[in-house]
Amino acid sequence: MGKIFFFAMVALALLSGLLFAPETAELAIHPMDQFIVQPLFGHGEISWYTPTNVTLWLLLAVAAVFALMVLGSSRRAIVPSRGQSIAELAYGFVYKMVEDVAGKDGVKFFPYIMTLFMFIVMSNALGLLPMSFATTSHIAVTAVLAMLVFLTVTILGFVKNGTAFLGLFWVSSAPMALRPILAIIELISYFVRPVSHSIRLGGNIMAGHAVLKVFAGFAGALGLFSMLPIFAITAVYALEVLVAFIQAYVFTILTCVYLKDALHPSH
Amino acid sequence: MATETHDAAEVAHGAAEAAHGSAPGMPQLDFTTFSNQIFWLAVALVAIYLILSRVALPRIAAVLAERQGTITNDIAAAEELKAKAVEAENVYNKALADARAEAQRIVAETRAEIQVGLDEAIAKADVEISAKAAESEKAIAEIKAGALDSIKTVANDTAAEVVAAFGGKTDAKAIAAAVSDRLKG
Repeated sequence: MGKIFFFAMVALALLSGLLFAPETAELAIHPMDQFIVQPLFGHGEISWYTPTNVTLWLLLAVAAVFALMVLGSSRRAIVPSRGQSIAELAYGFVYKMVEDVAGKDGVKFFPYIMTLFMFIVMSNALGLLPMSFATTSHIAVTAVLAMLVFLTVTILGFVKNGTAFLGLFWVSSAPMALRPILAIIELISYFVRPVSHSIRLGGNIMAGHAVLKVFAGFAGALGLFSMLPIFAITAVYALEVLVAFIQAYVFTILTCVYLKDALHPSH
Repeated sequence: MATETHDAAEVAHGAAEAAHGSAPGMPQLDFTTFSNQIFWLAVALVAIYLILSRVALPRIAAVLAERQGTITNDIAAAEELKAKAVEAENVYNKALADARAEAQRIVAETRAEIQVGLDEAIAKADVEISAKAAESEKAIAEIKAGALDSIKTVANDTAAEVVAAFGGKTDAKAIAAAVSDRLKG
């Protein structure tokens, strides 16, 4: 089956190269066009409530989460179906992560962390569909997610520990002379957290999609040799599938690590 | 004034987009769309949070707990059944051993009974045999004595006849003495 598909694709590539090469010979690559936010209806100005392509794909992510977690588990089977297995797998994966990293008292934040994980992993996966819009490639989205985590952790840290939360920056195991310097470094690193947290996710998704688009542009312009970029697209796409999951995982586990800092600020 | 410049910027921006047919830079840095994205992101996150915390997560937790309970119960039931099987085997073995011991006891008892009967019978038979043998001996002795007397009489008579035939005088006493001498010798 795979072989037949492979040969069919090669034949198609050759044919398209022979037939359409002269017409599409110009190199027109606009890798960033896929990230443009547009209104769904008409061409008006975008205000805060306008339904845009962002809206569409955010709500599709909600629908996907609903389909997997609610419809998938609707039969409540002792012996799970495939959908329910995946839902349980996701549940167990995140639950164990929260429990292992943030500790037993971090478990009450499990729904919050599960929300982040499911949203990011579903958005990343939906963004990989052709013609789709990758919401997690936008810094506005990832920055909000990162700021949510940052504010939650900071407020929680002060509410739970009071001023003892500042002990996070005072490395008591270091020599006294070094402690002020380390405190400054720790403070800076603490405030850099949301930046790195958001740009890591957004940058990864944006870069991957842009690379795919660049190769696609080459594929359109190279005629007969377009099969080379098509192979490259296949390889990069496989990598992006991996990245889609890994970035969701990284974002979630970092959230757990920050949560642990807030719950147990001692070094 | 401010709104005017804003509109002007919008118009310029739109014109640039129309001219190029693509975004001038990174659409990610187009701050005019930020409020829109953030609003709809908030809607999506709240929706996912409600879906997960109200419906999905409790349900999946219940399913997992139920499965864990079922597995634990099944294992407990299996262990109970196994214990029952072991117990039944022990009971069976015990019954088997009991039956074997009982059988051996019965065999020994029966053997002893038979032995007693046999011994009695043998003793009785021995007594009878010895009585019979004594009787027989007595009878044989009687017969023997009887026969000896008859032989004596016949011998006496025969001797008297023989003596008479040879022309001798038959002295009954002498003949009897001679015959008994002969019979002894």
